[in-house]
Amino acid sequence: MLTPEEVGHIAGLARLGLSPEEIQTFGKQLSAILDYAHTLARLDTEQVAPTATVLALENVLAPDRAEPSLSQEDALANSPQVQDGQFRVTAIME
Amino acid sequence: MSDYETVIGIETHAQLCTASKMFCRCQVPASAVGGGDSQQPSPPNSLVCPVCLGMPGALPVANRQAVEQVLIAALALNCRIPERSWFDRKNYHYPDLPKGYQISQSQSPLGRNGWIDIQVDATIKRIAISDVHLEEDTGKLTHVGGSSLIDFNRSGVPLMEIVTAPDMSSVDEVREYALELRRLLRYLGLCSGNMEQGAMRFEANVSIRPQGSSTLGARVEIKNLNSFRALLRSVEYEIERQQRALQQGLPIDRETRGWDEEKGVTYVQRSKETAEDYRYFPEPDLPVLEIDTVWVERLRQQMAELPQQRRTRFASQYGLSPYEIALLTEDRDTAEYFEAAANAGRELDISPKVAANWITGDLFGLLNAAHRDIGDVRIPPRQLVELLALLAENAINIPTAKHVLRVMFETGQAPKEIVVAEGLGQIADRDRLASLADSVLDAHPDIVAQYKGGKQTVLRFLVGQVMKATQGRADPQLASQLLEEKLRSA
Ligand SMILES: [Zn+2]
Repeated sequence: MLTPEEVGHIAGLARLGLSPEEIQTFGKQLSAILDYAHTLARLDTEQVAPTATVLALENVLAPDRAEPSLSQEDALANSPQVQDGQFRVTAIME
Repeated sequence: MSDYETVIGIETHAQLCTASKMFCRCQVPASAVGGGDSQQPSPPNSLVCPVCLGMPGALPVANRQAVEQVLIAALALNCRIPERSWFDRKNYHYPDLPKGYQISQSQSPLGRNGWIDIQVDATIKRIAISDVHLEEDTGKLTHVGGSSLIDFNRSGVPLMEIVTAPDMSSVDEVREYALELRRLLRYLGLCSGNMEQGAMRFEANVSIRPQGSSTLGARVEIKNLNSFRALLRSVEYEIERQQRALQQGLPIDRETRGWDEEKGVTYVQRSKETAEDYRYFPEPDLPVLEIDTVWVERLRQQMAELPQQRRTRFASQYGLSPYEIALLTEDRDTAEYFEAAANAGRELDISPKVAANWITGDLFGLLNAAHRDIGDVRIPPRQLVELLALLAENAINIPTAKHVLRVMFETGQAPKEIVVAEGLGQIADRDRLASLADSVLDAHPDIVAQYKGGKQTVLRFLVGQVMKATQGRADPQLASQLLEEKLRSA
């Protein structure tokens, strides 16, 4: 079972603000998901080489030739706020 | 100062020389490839597509050229190349990172366990390279009032990250490392090395310990160093800051610091995430790279001569001094210019040494004054040597040669044309100079008297008068000889 602190930390990494009640609720759900995923740990993988992918492909590479991009107008079309040809968001202060 | 030992490691982000981005075929913005001042910066968000904007469902495809460039760098840095390599997602949230993760390499860098030799004073020191890997750049944020504006043109531009072991122990070593690395990448044509355009960026890890102590102090990481100057100044500042703290019995925390260029100080940055928090995992959208020996050997064949190899060859082949070699091998264009001149010199009987002198002396002077690189010079190496041949056969004298070189530099004209057009041929005609010498002596009886009174240095003045009378075209040695003969016999 994840502690409330762990749940809060994970939520923080995802930039989610959770109330104490939500931490309770989601903490239980997240723990259940992790437990379920953990059933995989029961498998004996002693003889199986670690793998980074399940794709049966390798060296899929494109030649270095520039092609046309989207227009600025199209690129910005989904943005709720635009200024000077750029996406505008609330400033994040470090 | 020597009461403490310093331990420094450097991480370098170098932008590769590709036409298109790392995982899509958007063009790399001109300002990001070091295309020179003439190129207009692209309008913001005009070199973007669903892949580099992080839109759902977009499929990245890796750039072959970028992968090969990093493999070449890894080979040049004497790294071990893995048989399998893949990309990982580095997860964090920031507005300049549209996907919510950066595609990087954490588990299987393209190069590992290499080294580079640097020279500080007369000592060679080997710096271990722990990791060379490939990743993508983020967008560019501009803060305006309470908002941030984002331009994603740089998003997805290929970056090579080169990480050293903590092997450096002084600011001098850091400087030599950074310069040698830049030289190497430029020689191999992998990175423009253009600092103003952000083609190389650094991070430094600095820790110190009292001399003789076996436990190292906490590691302080300085981020976002965008120039050599910032790198060197920040490391110097940080060493002093940590020494002062230890002397005062204050703790040094393991932390990330930023660099304030204006105040010249490092400052604590709220550390965003720990390595664990990045939750690296293999990028599921990109198949693995299988790197067989055929591929590696083909790249090794393609590899241009490295700076260190060229320095060694210049010493044995041309018999130049270490100082001349250092100047001539600073970048590939200069080295190649010199070699072309040395080759042309073989036919015209001009020694490499003489060509080297003129290149590192007068030609460098002209280039510096004009803020130009040797790559743009209008004097073909062969014409430089033709000029030196005119000098060697006494057709012109040294001041005239310098003048002709300047005209060649400005106009691109051949030396012989200039000499003929300006009537600059040296006067080495004995009779003509003899009669000039006579009239100079007649005009300056007082100087002649001084000479006869034992003040032989006035001969220089008399030679100067002959030169003046010929607008600098007289053969000064012959003039001097003739004047001396006349003074002795008179
Ligand atoms: Zn793109």
